Amino acid sequence: MASSDTFVPVASRPPPRSEMGALAWVRRGFFDGPGNTALTLLTVVLLALTVPPLLNWSVIYAVPGADNDACREMYGIGACWGVVAEKGRLILFGRYPFDEQWRPLLASAMVVVVLVVSCLRSFWRPALALAWLAVFAAFYVLMRGGYLGLTPVETARWGGLPLTLLLSSVSLVIAFPLAVLLALGRQSHLPAIRTLCVLFVEVVRGVPLISVLFMASFILPLFMPQGNTIDVLVRVLIGMTLFSAAYLAEVIRGGLQAVPKGQIEAAQSLGLSYWQTQRMIVLPQALRLVVPAIVNTFIGAFKDTSLVTIVSLYDLTGAVQLALGDADWRKFFLEGQLFVAGVYFVACFAMSRYSQWLEQHLNTGTRRQ
Amino acid sequence: MSASRPPPKQRSWSWRSQAFRGVVYQVLALAVLFGALAYLLNNTFANMRLRGIQSGFSFILQPAGFAIGETMIPFDSSESYLKAYLVGLGNTLRVAIVGIVLATLLGTVVGVGRLSRNLLVRSLCSAYVEITRNVPLLLQLFIWYFVLTELLPPIEEALQAGSVFFSKNGLQYPLPLWERGHWGTLTGMAAGLGVAVYWSRVAHRRQESTGRMPPVWLPGLALTVLGAVIGWLAGGAPSGLDIPEKTEINVVGGGSVTPEYLTVLLGLTVYTAGYIAEVVRAGILSVPFGQHEAAASLGLSRRQELRLVLLPQALRVIIPPVTSQYLNLTKNSSLAVAVGYPDLVSISSTALNQTGRAIECIAMVMACYLTLSLLTSALMNLYNARSRLKDR
Repeated sequence: MASSDTFVPVASRPPPRSEMGALAWVRRGFFDGPGNTALTLLTVVLLALTVPPLLNWSVIYAVPGADNDACREMYGIGACWGVVAEKGRLILFGRYPFDEQWRPLLASAMVVVVLVVSCLRSFWRPALALAWLAVFAAFYVLMRGGYLGLTPVETARWGGLPLTLLLSSVSLVIAFPLAVLLALGRQSHLPAIRTLCVLFVEVVRGVPLISVLFMASFILPLFMPQGNTIDVLVRVLIGMTLFSAAYLAEVIRGGLQAVPKGQIEAAQSLGLSYWQTQRMIVLPQALRLVVPAIVNTFIGAFKDTSLVTIVSLYDLTGAVQLALGDADWRKFFLEGQLFVAGVYFVACFAMSRYSQWLEQHLNTGTRRQ
Repeated sequence: MSASRPPPKQRSWSWRSQAFRGVVYQVLALAVLFGALAYLLNNTFANMRLRGIQSGFSFILQPAGFAIGETMIPFDSSESYLKAYLVGLGNTLRVAIVGIVLATLLGTVVGVGRLSRNLLVRSLCSAYVEITRNVPLLLQLFIWYFVLTELLPPIEEALQAGSVFFSKNGLQYPLPLWERGHWGTLTGMAAGLGVAVYWSRVAHRRQESTGRMPPVWLPGLALTVLGAVIGWLAGGAPSGLDIPEKTEINVVGGGSVTPEYLTVLLGLTVYTAGYIAEVVRAGILSVPFGQHEAAASLGLSRRQELRLVLLPQALRVIIPPVTSQYLNLTKNSSLAVAVGYPDLVSISSTALNQTGRAIECIAMVMACYLTLSLLTSALMNLYNARSRLKDR
């Protein structure tokens, strides 16, 4: 009697045999129901039709060495990856003098290091801005030459990866303070300032980057006082900076709008001035919210840099066009372009993963459990 | 007795008054802006005088003097720059509208595919999204252009499927010849569509009163097709087709699109579809799972649930970002200049090189794109106002 009073749980029975193991998993995932089965078969057929030829071309029949004759023999059958070895330095560094190419290499490495450091949260402090400025200065000295016994190299010969890195990071770092001002201006109570900011942001966001770049390369020279010229690289930098400032301003405005109004009222009742309120109360909260979105804007800027090819600056995309221009290798355009696409993919994919990771980790303090 | 007086108005000419400071700041900002503008314009005019650059929009009525490779409306090099710009705008819209339709279809399929239970489909769709979004569009265009102009067979050995030819010279396909009888087809189709719209109203009213919704989409489609067929028969069943014919060195006749158009279309579609897929996925995920459970417990079928519960809520999240993707696609079509498709930007840069009037040419391009995006945002605001959650 006593034993029947206490509840003795019965161990749960295992699921039926047919629901366990790899076979059941395959059935559940791929063949449950006619629709799913058809989908699986369709995908398999599609893969079977496309993957083997691609694999044949890119791996099995590919010519690894930079052997032009062998490549020509296998044209259309196997990829000629030797083109990357042959033209790699031209693709990565553009028309920069061949013997001096350690300079762009070093310069790119500096930018990449600061970029990686900027991704670590313990380095998010005002000194980071100084570090960026220092790197830009070092980049310029190293690339331009003329100091410290380095031979001068005019900016028209800069190209490839360093140019891509420079354009995307300068246009974002310089655009950032501008974007903060634009976003604050758009939220301002002063009608003239608000209208100006709205006009700037909406006009720039409404036109394609190409037209901004055309404007930078054709109209900016007309703006200069007589007798002065402005370097094409600087012109493009100005254009790209203004362009990304408008997009960044919208991202930051999103963060500003997410800060509760009570925060601002509390700051005002403490007697803080407008700029004190923004600097100490609003911006720290707003910017923290939009860091992942800023990283996404950076990815956009990194990809958009390729457009400078159209106004004849040879960044990574332009340099590959340039590198494969010669008659011997122009048949193997695709290999060179796929290599550059791979470089872009690795960089952008890593950054987008970082942005997703950041989104989760930045929210941990405020998210309700 | 001290009656409560209204507080004194805070209008004083003192630095302590917020309103006064506001006015000062704005005046300062405007003064700096106009000063800078005046300085730049002054420089510009001086430079233009020095270099002998003419200004003004007088050039747009002069003969353009260049031919355009592909046009929707006939264009001759003796016609004006204005007409050339219109042709360019037409080409931009032609690639943008077709691209928007295709990218929406592909993006929706891929976006839904990323949520599939099927691991194979899911990973394939994820790979598609990651690859298309992480490689610059311009590079993708260059790759497509190389594939379409170098790897395809020359026109003598064009790939053939029925009467469709595909080669380095683009795509050639049969096109119905325009005959008067086709007006009958169009009229019949319009009439069928009208009846279908009327039927959907009736169906909605019946649902309001009885709770049962008669089928709408299938009968509607059938009515439209039926109307078109009846109209076609009434118009004398015109069946003339302009079929491309293969000769020894060429393919002649039929409708055709150039490899440049195909490149831009394919590039924009594939690139934008990756973004649309992400938007669609986010939209579907934004509908809470409880909504599905609630629909199931009300006894709605899977299709009713999708149509009446899930889609209306997901679309509210999906449509605004998709519209901005449409705008992006339209703006990105300006990259067509890199592969030589004569879009608005390409025409404008030719005009710029010929006339040297940089400011005017670039201003016209910007004005066109701005008009397009302002129009779209106006439509979007209308839609948002209609589809907003109705608060009581």
